[in-house]
Amino acid sequence: MTAADSASPIDLLRTMRLIREAELRLAQLFADGEVPGFIHLSVGQEGVAAGVCAALGPTDTLASNHRGHGHALAKGLDLERFFLEIMGKAEGMCKGRGGSMHVADAAVGMLGANGIVGAGLPIAVGSALAHQVKRNGAVAAVFFGDGALAEGVMHESFNLASIWRLPVLFVCENNGWSEFSPTSRQLAADPCALALSHRIEARSIDGNDAMAVHDVTRTLVAEIRNGGGPRFLECRTTRVRGHFEGDPQKYRDAADAARSDDDPIGRLERRLAAEGLPAAEIKAAERDAVARVDAAVARARAGTAPAFGDALRDVYANTEVRP
Amino acid sequence: MSEVRFGQAINRALADAMAADDSVVVFGEDIAAPGGPFGVTRGLLDRFGPDRVRDTPISEAAIVGAAVGAAMSGLKPVVEIMFMDFVTLSMDALVNQAAKARFMFGGQYALPMVVRLPHGGGINAGPQHSQCLEAWLAHVPGLKVVCPATVADAYALTRAAIADPDPVIVVENKSLYAVKGELPEPPPSASIGKADVARPGRDATIATYGAMRAVALDAAGLLAKDGIEAEVIDLRSLQPWDEAAVLASLARTHRLVIVHEAVEAFGVGAEIAARMADIGFDELDGPIVRVGAPFMPVPFAKELEAHYRPDASRIVEAVRRTLA
Repeated sequence: MTAADSASPIDLLRTMRLIREAELRLAQLFADGEVPGFIHLSVGQEGVAAGVCAALGPTDTLASNHRGHGHALAKGLDLERFFLEIMGKAEGMCKGRGGSMHVADAAVGMLGANGIVGAGLPIAVGSALAHQVKRNGAVAAVFFGDGALAEGVMHESFNLASIWRLPVLFVCENNGWSEFSPTSRQLAADPCALALSHRIEARSIDGNDAMAVHDVTRTLVAEIRNGGGPRFLECRTTRVRGHFEGDPQKYRDAADAARSDDDPIGRLERRLAAEGLPAAEIKAAERDAVARVDAAVARARAGTAPAFGDALRDVYANTEVRP
Repeated sequence: MSEVRFGQAINRALADAMAADDSVVVFGEDIAAPGGPFGVTRGLLDRFGPDRVRDTPISEAAIVGAAVGAAMSGLKPVVEIMFMDFVTLSMDALVNQAAKARFMFGGQYALPMVVRLPHGGGINAGPQHSQCLEAWLAHVPGLKVVCPATVADAYALTRAAIADPDPVIVVENKSLYAVKGELPEPPPSASIGKADVARPGRDATIATYGAMRAVALDAAGLLAKDGIEAEVIDLRSLQPWDEAAVLASLARTHRLVIVHEAVEAFGVGAEIAARMADIGFDELDGPIVRVGAPFMPVPFAKELEAHYRPDASRIVEAVRRTLA
């Protein structure tokens, strides 16, 4: 296992564009009744997913949370099977059992999005334990929001990772919101101070600067891989949409949601333009994402409904369950 | 064939599994250097080293949560929660994560993990160190639950749990750890979900598990003096449980008593009674009677706890009631 090569800015832009396009399309499909249940979008937070995941290798593992579409796609989850899953089809990567909050792909080390706030932390710690015991050089990473810092299992996970010096990267996407409440009202602690109090080295960065996220993550992952133990990365970012799609956000000041200057995609596009990248190439990232999402949605619409009997067979590996 | 204690049989099973498979790791509170609160993991650290045998902090949520992540990443973790009462602190990892991962990820992930949970009273440990909460776990699709009653099963079911591709809860009754019994050489194997006939009989079936097996056998001995031959079924596994074996016994005896140390209401006995009242209805010649603990916390004082736990006389009374 070697460190991932540095991703170029245009690579990060392509990833962010794919996430943005996929999520905006999900929002439309949800509004049209083609996506059942409910979904949580990460619009405005794509810089974190793209920057962090580009610093991970294919055998590195990743645990995610309920706002996990971007994490999954940035880790390399197949786009068609992603849409098939979230639209509840048998050909989805989880055969239509999990949906938006449970996208996972063993082939790319994606341990799953998660419907329980904070639950991914000990799972990543355990995955890191496996890497350490097997001495395979891999790193486990976990994304969680600032809301998860109020969960007790956060402390247990930081503590265990620190005393065992496990190869795990804790990534806190701090968007300032714990579901419908401002985290400033919910959390007495400073995120980095929480990590530092567990003797975990911590960095806090602008999560909407995808290249900065990527560069810092590469450094942290290299330190972890070299046996340095866990690291904590706070990425300050913006939740542009509601907690879930359809959230009227009556609790939120409209100006707060509309901080368009913070958009990680716009920022990187402006930077690339300033560096002389032709406008056509910048535009191509968006066009390619739209084309890929168009094709994936078309495929997902043609997917088949899952069979109940097949679902029954996956409760256990080798034990029949009575219908 | 050698005589060993119940706890030593589990220790041997852990050691044999670790020797056979490098991916088996053991962790929990005070299980490495101190050898475990009940001595079950004694010697494993010396033999297998600190990478694979680890003391954890007092962090039940992280212990089981880490077992989930480790199992998803190629290890076969065997974790211990010091007293079953403390599993309350691990419930998200068990119920929302371990139990559902195979299913909700479409079969992409196997979770070969074992959680060892010492349960039961009899040592005056009081309301928070004596409970039998296995019915909670047996209620969760995706978990398996076994409960050995004999030295041979302590070994065999522990090995079966470690070998299983799904999360398995091994419930160990604390009052059994020091009990001696025969461990055949080579040690036996077992299939999860298969019951044993602990004592054959024609007049009534007593279905039970764990520490109540011995109590039920005592009761059967008392009943035999009056010419009543009770058949004692040791379930061994609660999820899945051996419906066919209980039904077959009921077809021989036509009477059924279910015995467990856990609180009677909403327990394992309720499930067995409901199923037998359904699929075994034509076989029944008397009411299905349950013997369990009363609906109260486990009390501390000797006199109170002795009264709380089911004993042979209550089982005898229950058998007589279904025969009346």
